[in-house]
Amino acid sequence: MRVSLKWLAEYVDVTLSPEELGHRLTMAGLELETIDRVGGEWDEELITVGRVVAVEPHPNADRLVLATVDYGGEAPQTVVCGAPNVEAEQKIAFARAGATLIDGRSGKPSILKPAKIRGVESAGMVCSEKELGLSGEHEGILVLAEDAPVGTPLAAYLGDAILNLDLTPNRPDWMSMLGVAREVAALTGAEVREPEHTYADQDESAPAKVAVEIADPDLCSRYVAAVIEGVRLGPSPQWLQERLIAGGMRPINNVVDITNYVMLELGQPLHAFDFGTVKDAKIIVRRARAGERLVTLDGEERALTDDMLVIADAEKPLALAGVMGGADSEVTDTTTMILLESATFHAANVRRTAAKLRSRTEASTRFEKGLSPELAMVAAQRATKLLVELAGGSALHGQVDCYPTPANDVQIDVTRRRLLQVLGIDLPTSTVRATLTSLGFSCRWVPPELYQVRVPYWRTDVAIADDVAEEVARIVGYDRIPTKNLGGEVPSAIAQPRRELREQLRDSCVAAGMQEVITYSLTTLELLERVLSPEQLASQPPLKVAHTLSAEYEYLRPTLWASVLKTAAANLRHHEGELALFEASRVYLPQGDELPQEQEHIVGVVTGRREDRWGRPSDEAVDFYDAKGYAQAALGAAGLNATFEDAERFALLPGRTAQLAADGRIVGVVGQVHPTVAAAFDIGQDVYLFELVVDELLPSMGAERAFESIFRFPPVIQDLALVVDRGLAAERVRAAIEEHELVRRVRIFDVYEGAGISPDKKSLALSVTYQSPDRTLTTEEVAKAQASIVKQLRQELSAELRG
Amino acid sequence: MGAGFDLLISHPRRRLTAQRRMLIMPVSMTDQENDKIDLKAIATRARAELDAAADETALETWRVAQLGRKGVVTSVLRRLVDLPIEERRRLGAEANALKGELEAALESKREALAGERLAATMTEGALDVTLPGRAKRIGRLHPVTQTLREMTEIFTSMGFAVIEGPEVESDYYNFQALRIPLDHPARDMQDTLYIDYQRDGVYPYMLRTHTSPNQVRFMEQHSPPIRVIVPGRCYRNEATDPQREWMFSQIELLAVDEGISMADLKGTLFEFAKRMFGQERKVRFRCDYFPFVEPGVDMAIDCFLCGGKGCRTCREGGWIEILGAGMVHPQILQNMGYDTDRYTGFAAGIGAERICLLQHGIEDIRSFYSNDVRFLEQF
Ligand SMILES: [Zn+2]
Repeated sequence: MRVSLKWLAEYVDVTLSPEELGHRLTMAGLELETIDRVGGEWDEELITVGRVVAVEPHPNADRLVLATVDYGGEAPQTVVCGAPNVEAEQKIAFARAGATLIDGRSGKPSILKPAKIRGVESAGMVCSEKELGLSGEHEGILVLAEDAPVGTPLAAYLGDAILNLDLTPNRPDWMSMLGVAREVAALTGAEVREPEHTYADQDESAPAKVAVEIADPDLCSRYVAAVIEGVRLGPSPQWLQERLIAGGMRPINNVVDITNYVMLELGQPLHAFDFGTVKDAKIIVRRARAGERLVTLDGEERALTDDMLVIADAEKPLALAGVMGGADSEVTDTTTMILLESATFHAANVRRTAAKLRSRTEASTRFEKGLSPELAMVAAQRATKLLVELAGGSALHGQVDCYPTPANDVQIDVTRRRLLQVLGIDLPTSTVRATLTSLGFSCRWVPPELYQVRVPYWRTDVAIADDVAEEVARIVGYDRIPTKNLGGEVPSAIAQPRRELREQLRDSCVAAGMQEVITYSLTTLELLERVLSPEQLASQPPLKVAHTLSAEYEYLRPTLWASVLKTAAANLRHHEGELALFEASRVYLPQGDELPQEQEHIVGVVTGRREDRWGRPSDEAVDFYDAKGYAQAALGAAGLNATFEDAERFALLPGRTAQLAADGRIVGVVGQVHPTVAAAFDIGQDVYLFELVVDELLPSMGAERAFESIFRFPPVIQDLALVVDRGLAAERVRAAIEEHELVRRVRIFDVYEGAGISPDKKSLALSVTYQSPDRTLTTEEVAKAQASIVKQLRQELSAELRG
Repeated sequence: MGAGFDLLISHPRRRLTAQRRMLIMPVSMTDQENDKIDLKAIATRARAELDAAADETALETWRVAQLGRKGVVTSVLRRLVDLPIEERRRLGAEANALKGELEAALESKREALAGERLAATMTEGALDVTLPGRAKRIGRLHPVTQTLREMTEIFTSMGFAVIEGPEVESDYYNFQALRIPLDHPARDMQDTLYIDYQRDGVYPYMLRTHTSPNQVRFMEQHSPPIRVIVPGRCYRNEATDPQREWMFSQIELLAVDEGISMADLKGTLFEFAKRMFGQERKVRFRCDYFPFVEPGVDMAIDCFLCGGKGCRTCREGGWIEILGAGMVHPQILQNMGYDTDRYTGFAAGIGAERICLLQHGIEDIRSFYSNDVRFLEQF
């Protein structure tokens, strides 16, 4: 909403600066966004309203004239002027030497200096809009209204400050100059001057000339129609045009301008029909019929549906109620008789129709917020008065007022206790009453507890006591509310194991040296296709959002892989050395008609070369075991453990992929990203990935973490070198040894293939810790245990001691 | 000896040579001692050899050769049994004295060597402490995660429990239960990303536009007193700018109990702002409208960049809005079956990215989710 302070002054006296007023309004709920200034930089002394006394040809130039201007000084001044539209008797903006203007050519501020133009001395200027900084218009001079007072500083005559207010959708009354004026009055203690709406009318009455029927009263609570004859279409007076422009609207003709003016002034949208086009002088407010069409004012032909409300005559729709008029019933140059509509339409219905037809208008944005039916009559009278006074019209007596169920005043009982309960401050009754009265409420204090509050008709947003509490608080100022620390009982804690595990894993990824990233939850199908197989995508197509802002963010991701790989790729353009990123976020798994399942995943991506003692990239690239190491570290720090088994996964390289299992559930995967997939992400080097599924790990989180006591008796550590089949998983050997009752722990510390070992074999070096909780093991016991282990391994896994 | 000692430390091969020499000498001595016990000669030789010992290994060799089970002094003592009583007594006393003397000499030589070694560490072994430390990998949390954790910490210390809710929401929880029916103009305040799935001509599911649905979800399952926060990701279908991202994180705050008023809301939020930003930051607490609260509040912090004068980051306003709040609308409490005469509550939705922006002086909110490691590494 654009609020011209010059216009606002018609309804309320403002003594505050535009900034201070903007601040006060902001605190009360009307947020000031910006202030547009008109003429703030005009010199009051040197730039004044002038009158062109005479225009004569320039003696030495065809295109120039000599204009003599009375600017309010002792003697008129003659200046050279090149504008084609300068004429005697015009009121213009005149600048004298020394004034700062915008240079017509460079567009920069410059000081006006006396100059000789084609031999004629010129010490002043008749200004264009561009020179005044009002617009880019530089073809002709700015012509002021005929009644502009000569000698008045232009800043006083034309200057203005326009507050751009960001309004909340609960307050349609704020979408009007009068509504803002009421607010200013309440905030500053000033009085509101309501606009006049009395006028001289004819003996003949409007109801005798036109009939109105509301066929669908659920969508139209009131329809007021006035009839004005003898209207002469033409431009509106200058002041009205200026106000419309200040309000952000374009002047069209006096009739349309007046309806728009009253809408900006009072907040009630109006519509003027050419009376002659209304068949049988009958207005019917009804739902559109299927198949009906209407060409609206913007020239578009609209297909109507039966949930849209139209204003129709006996035959056809004339206008879309509350949204836009029709082209056929529009006022034109030949129009002399007008049917003026001021009606109250159903808020949600107007909104739905406007949205459906994609034509949200100044009118529809007001209707959709819920206007008071009372306003319809006030606005009809105000607009009729202006049509009579400014468009030469003659109004028929009265109006047709179709108001099937008149609204009752809203009365609310508000207790002093409730105000205290909600606001936390016991305001004096005098303050409460004065505040509400200043806003147009009536408030009766019934001691000891009760305020009987009557809500003014324009406050369609106030319905309950707490609404009244807010009114009091925001005008008194939220600053008056004290601050208090929450007291009372602290409710008991709520266990959130999933969240706790996820945060623990997040921490342990960081502890292992990875950088957390957060990527967008929406992505493209193309990116998902890189990491999900066609079968996966076909069996569970990812959810898509409607009307997205960008094709880049269209699909809700069922996997984090693509996002993290894409992030890694972007960073590789400038990153040297090891890159280890992870994300802990949700994925969204469609569940048919239900809300999707949201799983918590952790995905890490590792690539690049390991860093040397100096932190420089070494010659050694990271490998599968780095990724596995991160995954294990993450799990380990969270007190979890998983087994790794050979697996195959789409987008990962077979033979270099393992799935993680815990307690019989697949809890994750680790592997090398398939080089063709990596290449699709523009990653030309080996890149590894792991994924942990928090939801699957959750059941493995014990209520208490099991711990082993430290054994008192010394361990015996013996190394074992075994030759096994090349394809045998080392973990199987390790786990088999660990089965033995005297073995406490087995670690693999080397794998060797090559010289001295047959090509289909590999040598494993294992460090075996023997330890007993209740005694010191003897050499013999250990030797016996080892012998039995070796024998068992030979039988079960064809393992041989390396000779 | 000093210089040679240093060489021995740094050259293992030289040390080995010294060791071998020490091993040979005692053997030859034993041969000479066969006929006559000359304690004086033994003492002189032992002292000389001790003097020559240059490191710990040499000392140990010397100890074995002189004082060990088969060492020179020990064998003297052992041979005393063969001597006449007089001589045995005299020599025995002298030999024991010698043994004690040599043991003491060994100890002081040990200390001297250790001292020299340490001295050498401090001089020749002195390090250039300005060289970089051995590179270790450092992981970091994303700055927004860090901020969310800090915010969570502040509220949990005030007794709020942490819960979570779904990111894909139904129209009912995201809007209708919060007094935003279909075709309500308040829907414009939150441009919505709907899931492309229609039922009866409307989109029933969407990416939640705020964390507020969890007010209803939680109250449906619990009774007052309530004190919870709900951190989570939210989404809006709107163009981005330095202060606005289409994906963002919020922490929802909900407290319902007897005797909760706007003063508690203000106190809680001001305390939060103080702990988050320190005392000196200015706070603006003004009236705003959200259909699910009454009265409604908007809270802003003065812009860190321009100090309130207005700049690109604060969209010329001088303030950065960090949260919307208010007293829970009594109709919502009533829908939950709460006695609205007895219970009141407050709610707030706090934007984490804006807070993070203010904490670190980041000019553009869009830096967060572009995930440039060079940016992330700084937090
Ligand atoms: Zn700023």
